[in-house]
Amino acid sequence: MAFREYKVGARMFGLALGTSMFITLYMPAVDIAGVSATTAAMERQLGFGRVGGFSYEDPFLLGWAKPVTVDITEDPKTGAPIEPTRAYVYEADVPFPNGVRHPRILGAMPEELSVSKGRVTEASETQGAVFVVRETTQSGVSVPYIENVTATRGWTPDAAIAVASEQTKHYIGKGKIMFVREGCWWCHTLLPEQTQDWQYFGAPPMLGDFNGESPTAFGSDRKAPDLSHVGSRNSSREWMNLHFFNPRLVQPYSIMPRYDYLWGDVDADGNPIDYDAWRAAYNDYETGKTVYPPEVPVPAADSEARALVDFIISLK
Amino acid sequence: MFKYLFAKAEDIPAGSAAVYFGFSSVVWFVIGTGIGSFNAAKLAFPDFVMGSEILSFGHMRQVHVLAVILGWISMAFAMAMMYITPALGNTKLWSEKLGVWNCFLWNVGLSLGLFLLWLGVTSGREYSDLPWFIDLVVVFGLLLPLGINVWMTIKTRRTQGIYTTNWFFGAATFMVIIVFLVGNAPEFFQLTGLTEAYLTWWFAHNVLGLWITPVAAAISYYIVPKVTGNPLYSHRIGHLHFWSVVVFYSTPAAHHLMSAPLPEWLKSFASVEGVLILVPAIAFVSNLLLTMTGKWRMFVENIEIKFTITGVMMAIPLNLQGGFQQTRAINWYIHGTGWIVAHAHLALLGFSTFLEAAAVYYGLQTLLRRKLYSLGLANFHFWMLLIGFTTYWISMTIAGLIQGAGKIYEVPYIDVVIAEHPYMIARWVGGTMVFLGNCVWLYNMWKTARAGTVIPAGRLPHELAYER
Repeated sequence: MAFREYKVGARMFGLALGTSMFITLYMPAVDIAGVSATTAAMERQLGFGRVGGFSYEDPFLLGWAKPVTVDITEDPKTGAPIEPTRAYVYEADVPFPNGVRHPRILGAMPEELSVSKGRVTEASETQGAVFVVRETTQSGVSVPYIENVTATRGWTPDAAIAVASEQTKHYIGKGKIMFVREGCWWCHTLLPEQTQDWQYFGAPPMLGDFNGESPTAFGSDRKAPDLSHVGSRNSSREWMNLHFFNPRLVQPYSIMPRYDYLWGDVDADGNPIDYDAWRAAYNDYETGKTVYPPEVPVPAADSEARALVDFIISLK
Repeated sequence: MFKYLFAKAEDIPAGSAAVYFGFSSVVWFVIGTGIGSFNAAKLAFPDFVMGSEILSFGHMRQVHVLAVILGWISMAFAMAMMYITPALGNTKLWSEKLGVWNCFLWNVGLSLGLFLLWLGVTSGREYSDLPWFIDLVVVFGLLLPLGINVWMTIKTRRTQGIYTTNWFFGAATFMVIIVFLVGNAPEFFQLTGLTEAYLTWWFAHNVLGLWITPVAAAISYYIVPKVTGNPLYSHRIGHLHFWSVVVFYSTPAAHHLMSAPLPEWLKSFASVEGVLILVPAIAFVSNLLLTMTGKWRMFVENIEIKFTITGVMMAIPLNLQGGFQQTRAINWYIHGTGWIVAHAHLALLGFSTFLEAAAVYYGLQTLLRRKLYSLGLANFHFWMLLIGFTTYWISMTIAGLIQGAGKIYEVPYIDVVIAEHPYMIARWVGGTMVFLGNCVWLYNMWKTARAGTVIPAGRLPHELAYER
């Protein structure tokens, strides 16, 4: 029996789906690829590193192989005082962000400057490198670019870490991993909307603010305040520590979970943290048996809590 | 199941794969809604189960979503395809053995993916949360074998034409594979920035639009004519439905990011196409409801029709919301609020789940040749699902409107949280009802397999009277 073969239908189906994919994939991709990266995009990707989610180098999302951000006032090579500078330190074998690996994604002018003035193509992942974000004026317009200061000024990763103190080191890349792994973005968006949010949560992002960042973790379901500019609203580490350990300490009606487990086993002084005792003492405070809540431990420098606070405060 | 993995093809009874898929889907539904109820309890009472990383909300939320989408909904789809496709082609499933392996791999792959997700191994992209190597398992271990079985069964059919349901099955299995491969490209090829953000929502939109919605609709195109005995009201309207899904439903992905800095032309285009989703929606609903002409008593008396028509009628508010909430005029108010959560549950737990539940009820009775064990328990399941879902939907819609008002009037955020609290409790109650209803359903299906009255040869399940 000669069955119908649906030749016309099959071709129409391919045409319809192909046209749809051309319009919704190819055309936007061309449009988005033409966008130049802003200063914010460069600072974000240099602080976060290559990937903020699952990757080869960090398969269990523990914050392995991520850059360290340092605020320095001393030239790591010569020791001479310099203007306060934020440098992004990639120690050996820490993967570079996408703007350094593929400068093309930075957009035409930033790419040209990052390669010619910034010498980013000379950086080597096996040896590590230090980057800073610079701006220069080209034909009346301010253009940001990435500078590989290991090549231009001889700052080695070890020297850059050495001139920073524990207070001026920020584990922003590891913190972004914590933000993604712990699902902060299921409730806190990273996207002020193009509406009244302008007044309440700050300016919505620009088209070029995300080049090189992955995942962007905008979030879709806002059960809590937007965090895009949280570091500008509140940059108190003490408040953040209280809030992460038990949000009800600073906001009695908060429905945020307690992230006390991110403190790990010991606090900043190396003393073990007794969670059961802390919770019992907090219950006494909550039920009115005591007047003051128990002290919240200061997180250790290598703890996940410290990294998460660094990331949150970096969202200016 | 295990004894058939290495059995000779001719020793595997026809319908085995569909039965395994059917029971797997119900078990995943119990698991998925159980986690959902647990998560909802945490939103109402934040200190409920604390101090454990893997039991925290941020680790459990995506496990709930993907257990329901890939476990319950997609496995119920696979079950429906494995018995409906051959039935409509007047033939057998192309390869029962491939089907059994498919079901085995599906359970193993999904368990592995959700376990990793539970530990926090995630790509950080909503709906495509699974890391990329699990995405490849999903495509090549789960969806492609299913697609091959469906396409080959259609190809080896013994009927002249292809019925509406099978157009949708054949096309949707193809499209979902494309959607998975393209939507996860940011992970495969390290695409970044707005491209990553847009593709995340391109995936999320199209997995709904080109997989869940059309396959759920296709199931009801089979169940309603089969059980009522009425022919489909209009083959032509079926054509309209099919082609408008392919043309209109595949295009509005950007309307999920109306407030993000995407190109404005893309958002405007997506928004207009989004309204056109009403075309397939109206075609589908009118076609099915008109097919019911003269058989409306079955809406009360027959459990499969009760589920199916309830699901079809839920497509009306679903698409009226979906068509208009994404326009700029409305989206600025409700975007990112509980309204959207309510809408997503209307699509997956309302519309889609009710259609699949009917397919699983009907399919398991047909394949096992046993009459449903208890109509009373099935009705209990129906009402627990309907009342539980409605409680959830109404409470989350109200919570969303509160959030929207809080957003535009710049109310301190904590006041919104306080105002939402009663609705968070109501959502938990509703979700728990759904979970309990599903536990009863699993028991009922288990008893059907063990103790249901045997259906005589040549009879269909709905021709026998219910006994309990």
